[in-house]
Amino acid sequence: MLRFILSRLVQGLLVILAVLCITFVLLKTAPGSPLQSEKNIPEHIQKEWVKSYGLDQPGYVQLWRHIVNFATFTFPPSPKKPGRGSDEIIAQAFPVSATVAVAALLIALGLGIPIGALAAVRANTFEDRGAMLFATLGICTPSMVLGPVIALVFGLKLRWFNAAGWFDADDWVLPAVTLGIIYSGYISRLTRAGLRETLAQDFIRTARAKGASEAAIVFRHAFKLACLPVLNYLGPTAAGLMTGSIVIETVFQLPGLGQHFVGAAVNRDYDLAMATAAFYAVLIVGFNFVVDVLQALLNPRIGFKS
Amino acid sequence: MSEVNPSHEALLASTSTEGTEPNPALGVTSESPGQRAWRRLIRSRVTVAAMIFLGLLITICTVGPSFSPYDQSQQDLELQAVGPVPAHWLGTDTLGRDLLTRILFGGHISLLVGILATAVASVIGVGYGLIAGLSSRRVDAVMMRLVDVLYAFPFITFVIILVVIFGREFWLIFLAIGAVEWLTMARVVRGQVLALKNLDFVLAARASGAGFLHILIKHMLPNVLGPVIIYASLTVPGVMLLEATLSFLGLGIQPPDASWGVLIREGADNMETYPWMLIGPGVFFSATLLALNLIGDALRDALDPKSGAGE
Repeated sequence: MLRFILSRLVQGLLVILAVLCITFVLLKTAPGSPLQSEKNIPEHIQKEWVKSYGLDQPGYVQLWRHIVNFATFTFPPSPKKPGRGSDEIIAQAFPVSATVAVAALLIALGLGIPIGALAAVRANTFEDRGAMLFATLGICTPSMVLGPVIALVFGLKLRWFNAAGWFDADDWVLPAVTLGIIYSGYISRLTRAGLRETLAQDFIRTARAKGASEAAIVFRHAFKLACLPVLNYLGPTAAGLMTGSIVIETVFQLPGLGQHFVGAAVNRDYDLAMATAAFYAVLIVGFNFVVDVLQALLNPRIGFKS
Repeated sequence: MSEVNPSHEALLASTSTEGTEPNPALGVTSESPGQRAWRRLIRSRVTVAAMIFLGLLITICTVGPSFSPYDQSQQDLELQAVGPVPAHWLGTDTLGRDLLTRILFGGHISLLVGILATAVASVIGVGYGLIAGLSSRRVDAVMMRLVDVLYAFPFITFVIILVVIFGREFWLIFLAIGAVEWLTMARVVRGQVLALKNLDFVLAARASGAGFLHILIKHMLPNVLGPVIIYASLTVPGVMLLEATLSFLGLGIQPPDASWGVLIREGADNMETYPWMLIGPGVFFSATLLALNLIGDALRDALDPKSGAGE
C-alpha cells in the first residue's frame, strides 16, 4: 500500500513536470510574446519590462526558473495581469468552476446511474430502449446548443434564474443542469454495460441459486463491481469539469477557470498557461489516484498494483 | 446504398467458392467477414435510417450551396433577420444572409473538418500504436508513458496553441485537432497488436524470415482494421464537436466563412430576439452527431467478434 502510494506520487510528479515542459516549449514555439500590445510603448521601457520578467534569458533558464517557482509555490505577478500572480487568479476562479462541477457531477450520477441500472435490469425491453435513447440524445446534444436553450427557457422566458453571470446564490443551477444532462448520458450507458456484464457472471448465478431476491442481487452483489467502469470514467471527467467547461462558462458568462485556459494561451501568458496546465494535470493525477484506490477497495482482484 | 447489394454479393461469393472450398466448420454459407459485417450492420432499421440521413446530408451540404439562389455571405441589410418565409426557408440572420445556405455551407466545412481531422488522428494513432506494440518492451513503455502524459494535458490549451502556431485557416485547423485526438486510437491499436503479436500466424511469419515492416503491413494492419474503423467512426462526432467548440469560441473558422460552431455562436448571441438563428444550426448539428453516433455503435456491434451472440 505504501509502495503503491509512493510510486504513484513519483509518477504523478513526473507527469506534471512533463506537462510543464511541453506547455513551455509549445508556447515558445508560437510566435508572439506576452508583452505584445496595441499600445505604442517606448523601446527603453519595453526593454526594462522584458528584463524584469526575465524574458531576455535563454529558454532553458526561463523554463528552469518556472519549474523552481512551481516547486516552491512562488507565483510571480503575471505580465498580462499586473500585480496578480497565477495562484491568485486560479484561487479566485476555481471555486466558481468547482461549484458548478460538483453540482453537475451529482446531477449526472443521480440521473445516469438509476437510468442505466433500470436499462440493464430490463434489458431489451421498452424501458431499456427508452433509457438508451435518452442517453444517446444526451451524448449527442452539444453543450453549446443545450446551454443556450436552457438559458433561453429558464433564464430569459420563465425568469426562474439569471440567464448569465455569477451574482446570486443559485447561479450554479442552469450550467450544472446543462452539464449534468449531457454527462448523465455517458454514465447511464456505462452503468448499463457494467451491470449487464456483471449480472452474467458466475457469482451472480450462485447468489440466485441460493435464493437471493432480485433487489439484493442487483444492489448488494452486482452493483459494487458494475460501478467500476463509471468510476474509471469519473476520474478524468471530474478533473475536466473542475477546471471549467469553457463552452458552458462562455454561454452562462461565469468567471470560472475555463476562460483562463483560452486567455492564457491566446495572450502568451506563459506563467498563467503553465499554471493552469499544471493545475489540470494535478487534478487528473489526483483523481486518477483516488479512482485507483477506490477500485482496489471495490474489487479485491485489482489490488494495489504499482 | 444502391450500389452494394449485399445479398447479391453474398450469393455470388457463395457460388464462386462452392465446391472449391467447402467449409464445414461454418456451415453452408460462406461469406467474407466484410459481407457478414455489412449484413449485421444493415440489420437495424435505425442504423439504415442514420446512414441514409448522413448520405443525404453530405450530398446536400456539398452540392446544395451552389443550387441556392443566395451566396452564403450575401447580405441583405434592408431585410435583416426574418423568420422562416417562402423566400428563405429557415429565415435569415441579422445581416440578412439566408440561413439555410449558410447552414449547408457551414455543414460542408464542419463535415470536412470532421472527416479530415479523424483521418489525421487515425494515421497518427494507428502508426504510433503499431510501432509501440511491435517494438521492444522498453520502447513500448516509453511511448505509452508519453501518451499517459498527453492525457494529463489540457487538450484545449494544446489545440489553441497549435491553432496560434498554424494559423486559423480551416485546412490547418483539422491538423491541429487531429494532432490531439489520436491518443485513444494509439492505445486501442497497441492493445490489439499486443494481443496478436504472439499468435501462431505471426510467429510463423517471423520464423519464415518476415521483417518488421512486412509483419506490420501484411499481418498487423489488416487485423487492427476492425477496431480502427469502430474507433474512427466514433471519433468523427468528437472531432466535429471540438471544431464547433473552437469556432464557438472564435478560435476556429473565421467569419464571414461559416461552420456549425460559428452559426451556433451567432444564434446563441441572438437567441432571445431571433430564436431560429439558434434552432436551425442546432438541430442540424445535433441530428448529425446523433446519426454519426448511431452508425458508430452499429459498426461496433457489427465488427466486434465478441458480440456474435446476437446472431
